[in-house]
Amino acid sequence: MKTNRLSHWLAILIGTLYFLVPLAATFEFSLRKIRGVYSFEAYRVVLADTQFKSSLGFSVVLAVVTIVFGMAIIVPMAYFVELRLRKLRPFIEFVTLLPLVVPAIVIVFGYLRLYNSSSILPLTNFTLGTNFLLACGYVTLALPYMYRSIETGLRSIDVRTLTEAAESLGASSGTIIWRIILPNIRSAMLSGAFLTFAIVIGEFTFASLLNRPAFGPYLQLIGANRAYEPAALAVMAFAITWACMGIIQVVSRNSVAARP
Amino acid sequence: MASTASPASLPRPRVPWAVVGVTPFMVFAVLFLILPTLFLVVGAFQDNDGSFTLANLGKLWTPTILSSYWISIKVSVASAVLGAAIGAFIAYAAVSGGLPRWIRPTIMTFSGVASQFAGVPLAFAFLATLGRQGLVTLFLSSVFGLNIYAQGFNLLSFWGLTLTYLYFQIPLMVLIVAPAIEGIKKEWREAATILGASTWQYWRHIAGPVLLPSFLGATLLLFANAFGAIATAYALTGSSLNIVTILLYAQIRGDVLHDQNLGYAIAFGMIVITGLSNLCYILLRMRSERWLK
Repeated sequence: MKTNRLSHWLAILIGTLYFLVPLAATFEFSLRKIRGVYSFEAYRVVLADTQFKSSLGFSVVLAVVTIVFGMAIIVPMAYFVELRLRKLRPFIEFVTLLPLVVPAIVIVFGYLRLYNSSSILPLTNFTLGTNFLLACGYVTLALPYMYRSIETGLRSIDVRTLTEAAESLGASSGTIIWRIILPNIRSAMLSGAFLTFAIVIGEFTFASLLNRPAFGPYLQLIGANRAYEPAALAVMAFAITWACMGIIQVVSRNSVAARP
Repeated sequence: MASTASPASLPRPRVPWAVVGVTPFMVFAVLFLILPTLFLVVGAFQDNDGSFTLANLGKLWTPTILSSYWISIKVSVASAVLGAAIGAFIAYAAVSGGLPRWIRPTIMTFSGVASQFAGVPLAFAFLATLGRQGLVTLFLSSVFGLNIYAQGFNLLSFWGLTLTYLYFQIPLMVLIVAPAIEGIKKEWREAATILGASTWQYWRHIAGPVLLPSFLGATLLLFANAFGAIATAYALTGSSLNIVTILLYAQIRGDVLHDQNLGYAIAFGMIVITGLSNLCYILLRMRSERWLK
């Protein structure tokens, strides 16, 4: 048993090294901009770049739109499927897993052909339409994760009993979703939301092929043209991902603590 | 699909609310997920005039396109198999006990972060680590006098890309497979030991067969995950490494090939490959759930 434990330690240690060394290296690299001394010059340059602010701002807004839009269509669907339309479940399972089967680049290729300027619904003709298309693309990317977390949340509460209780008190379906279901699956929704945020914020394929000035294409552009700034950006991107995942941990821990 | 939601098939008069609640999602799924995919699949079997042909698929059999599929498959298989093996071992080490309690939640949280840390920033991180001026590259050459680039290593190559992909593949494996490993009951081991089984026999005849479907299924999921990835490879190598996602990207951008139906065929080929691996995944999961419930 003793050698066993040693090999476990070794696995954890090597794994940890493999994951921490690139982070340390990236951080070290990002400090090298001024020759001979460590400085935060690369960060200063990045933060002073107006394109950095505008692209990050664009992606943040888009992430929020994606989350709101995604939740608005997924929550009612998941609620009614759980409550009354169980027959639909296999189909829903299939659709929500589809984005894991069809690569993002294939989906966006389909968008470009289906919604280009010569189609019936020429969404790519105007900026708002293209932004909407991008948000739709992000909802499909986030769909497996959003649906999974909401479904888990719905299964952990007794949807049927809650609904019947509310109905017997005279509540409408809208009121039930808004005032009974949503507060009860809040932590599941927050987990899904922050995961979506982490996915959307640096996404490259959709934004690049739809030609939108998002953070992902900006990162790629800097990577192709600069030496030290990309490392600084990678450190920031990692911090954002870490923050999102940290919030998910806190949120789900609180929800466990709140439930007896 | 939507027809199964028709009011006729459902009891009670308040049904329309349920239909109203489900409809937006259905419309969305059809417009932004199913139709775009179908459009490409159908397009792959059409010529420029819209009549049926297999010529597009035939055109995939050219050296450039075949080799791009082949490199993609190689990178995906290598990163999936290595990621699955290493990830499963780390998950086992973290879950199965013997180590301090704080290890498990720490590993799981970190895996959650690292599995999402992909795309362009990941490429930057590996350039800063193993690029020509990277910390590890410089460290190896200054301390051990080992110039890995002179030894034939190149980050912009098959192994470089595989090593980079492992950064999100291993944590993803840890996340997927940890619940399955937790499903292994202590009693099985005890029972096996009492009956005189060796460690090897326990793994060969009990834990192995129970875990195998989840393990293989997760490997297939990792494969599809790597196969559809583009951002990391593109930021890492530009278009110098000819993998199929980058080829399709260039094709969509209009840089090469100039034949849109061929683009559909490339996309169709990708769907077939990821589709097959996911189909096997689902079949394996159905098998594994029999035991782990």
